[in-house]
Amino acid sequence: MLEHALKGNKKYWGWLLFLAIIILIGFYFYIKQFNYGLGITGMSRSVSWGLYIAQFTFIVGVAASAVMVVLPYYLHNYKEFSKVTILGEFLAIASVVMCIMFVTVDLGQPFRVANIFLHPTFHSLMFWDVLALSGYLVLNVIITRVTLGAEHKSIKPPKWIRPVIIISIPWAISIHTVTAFLISGLAGRPFWLTAIMAPRFLASAFSAGPALLVVFCLIVKRFTKFDPGNEALKKLGLIITYAMCVNVFFILMEFFTTFYSGIPGDVSHMQYLYFGIDGSTRLVPWMWTSALLVLISLTLLIIPKTRKNHKILFVTCLMVFVSIWLEKGLGLIITGFIPNPFGKVVQYWPTIPETFISVGIWAFGFFLITIFYKIALSVRKEIEI
Amino acid sequence: MYDTGKIIIGLIIFVGFFTSPIWYDVSNGKTALKEPELVLPKLENQKECVGTKQFMRDNHMVLLNDWRNEVVREGEKTYTSYTHKNFNMNLEKTCLNCHSDTKQFCDQCHNYLGESPYCWDCHIENQGPEKK
Amino acid sequence: MDKSRRNFLKIAGIAALGVTADKFVDVHAQDTANKVIKKTIGSGKETVKAKVDRKERLAMVVDLRKCVSQKGCTKCIDACNKTHNIPDFGESKDEIKWIWKEPYENAFLDHENFYLTDEFKNKKVPLFCNNCDNPPCVEVCPTQATFKREDGIVMMDWHRCIGCRYCMAACPYGSRSFNWRDPRPFIKDVNPDFPTRMRGVVEKCIFCEERLAEGLPPACVEACTEKALVFGNLDDPESEVRKLLKDNFSIRRKPGLGTNPEVYYLV
Repeated sequence: MLEHALKGNKKYWGWLLFLAIIILIGFYFYIKQFNYGLGITGMSRSVSWGLYIAQFTFIVGVAASAVMVVLPYYLHNYKEFSKVTILGEFLAIASVVMCIMFVTVDLGQPFRVANIFLHPTFHSLMFWDVLALSGYLVLNVIITRVTLGAEHKSIKPPKWIRPVIIISIPWAISIHTVTAFLISGLAGRPFWLTAIMAPRFLASAFSAGPALLVVFCLIVKRFTKFDPGNEALKKLGLIITYAMCVNVFFILMEFFTTFYSGIPGDVSHMQYLYFGIDGSTRLVPWMWTSALLVLISLTLLIIPKTRKNHKILFVTCLMVFVSIWLEKGLGLIITGFIPNPFGKVVQYWPTIPETFISVGIWAFGFFLITIFYKIALSVRKEIEI
Repeated sequence: MYDTGKIIIGLIIFVGFFTSPIWYDVSNGKTALKEPELVLPKLENQKECVGTKQFMRDNHMVLLNDWRNEVVREGEKTYTSYTHKNFNMNLEKTCLNCHSDTKQFCDQCHNYLGESPYCWDCHIENQGPEKK
Repeated sequence: MDKSRRNFLKIAGIAALGVTADKFVDVHAQDTANKVIKKTIGSGKETVKAKVDRKERLAMVVDLRKCVSQKGCTKCIDACNKTHNIPDFGESKDEIKWIWKEPYENAFLDHENFYLTDEFKNKKVPLFCNNCDNPPCVEVCPTQATFKREDGIVMMDWHRCIGCRYCMAACPYGSRSFNWRDPRPFIKDVNPDFPTRMRGVVEKCIFCEERLAEGLPPACVEACTEKALVFGNLDDPESEVRKLLKDNFSIRRKPGLGTNPEVYYLV
């Protein structure tokens, strides 16, 4: 089936070439980082996790969002999702690969990563996170290989794949929960020490992931014969709407607990993020942009007419994705460190090499998605080869 | 065979890429097949090593690995050698006490084999027998 | 693909795996003439406790009444930096510090008090790793590169650290530093008795465990001319630290978090 990825028109190869260039630039900067050390990034003694881990926590959510299409289709026989489940699963694979890459570029000694497996540490959440992510990757690779392989041969997939798919549903929830536990169990970081961190991760994942899926479906529909189906898009739109409502609700809950209780250790982080402290306001405009995008997109989602209009849905879903990226991919991790444990505000901003490495990894994810979708849709003969 | 031309060219490029480290070294003149010459500095009293020559040749990497686990993780600082003598498990203070010039000793075999252990990223090399 | 070619590739793959499998099996010295060292196979069964003979709970008492750091004294910091080859990056984001000074309000962030004495408003408190009894950094380290010893020291294994900086995120006290770049060029006077660290690993104060092994006090304790730093074993009722804590009121940083820090400040 892989041979389908090698046949394409000029637009396909042009897009892949464009992504390849970005990936190579990212790789070049990674070599520089490997030789110099992580000091080439904007991270510091106070803000010791930056863009890489922030992207990781965001993309883990996107990875888990495949469950939003797998669950209705496989568990409840919601036939309308039949065309999009494979796309969701492929999105999961590309996302998990991106997660692994982001964590790897963030390590100070990447060649020692085997130590996690040679010396398993059951009380460390990071160990479980590695296991959960690797397991999820393996699950989705098996699922896509078997289901797509069966379609390719025009036969039904073997019976044993169904329990594997059912397992992937709670597993998807678990990769999020584990990633949330990574930060929500740290007594020393009050910004993250909240019981609803895992639910927040889930809510934002189930908004951002399906939103990205909708965007991809509409793009693919534009360039191929693929049509996800009106019902599928309608349902996805509805899922995104509800998930966004829950997401916003959770964030407002955080606001309340923080500001009403008024505990300085808790307030300072939220204050830095949304209002700035003593003139340190680097993240403030980004967060209010996110809030604005959330407001607009939620309005457009709640109104049925605008939700059902595919052109508007496309823009709305982009807004959802970007707003959640700003909140999770930029706001969450960095703010946990500001102010630092002795109350000082040390700001962070990614450097050029750091940005290019991150963009390179994103480009690699898109590269994988393009190839995967090309294979999936070619198998279904929805593309003119 | 279909696409014979493309495959042959592809194979040549692949083999060239795969063997590129060899060509790189040849072009740099590093393939002199000179046997490594291990030099021990002249010491006042003939001290003995923690192991026999053959044992150390075969196992010094494992020994050092074990030592570092023992010292750092177990807090054990003393090693009893095959001659029932006690040594401090310390790379700089015990090993480099005698093998003080790493260029003439450690690097000889390591360079010959293309090995670059990262000990010296942290542990401090003694350069020359005068420095202790 | 032809069935037989497929089978061949499958068998070849498994064979290749089998040939390389021995790399993952620990190969140990088998010279019978040598004493076989106690094996610590890194299978996770490795103890997180050091087999140090003395059963102790090591702690540091900082007498803030005697400390003159607000007058510019940096003797403890200089001693530590010299002994442990701490690189000097200046005031940059890459800074590494095992012991440093913070104003009282920053060191004891949760002791908000707008009516502090003038002395304490200007006080600079020496801070270092608290070597907690219940360390969150040890909880989260995925490779046990940081681990708690039986004598109470939270130790660093720089050979094993993968540089994930999870411990830095978990530490409520900001005690840990990361080697963002190669530290060697920034070390002023290399102390040949202690290794440097390489870039990509996390480091922190380890209560001078290498000096304790030789019967010496920690470098900062030795360097303090005011005798403001006292180090000892809390489990020994006759030790100086126990006596100081018995007779003087002490506070610790962020005690409410349950980390049980072992650095006590006398105010």
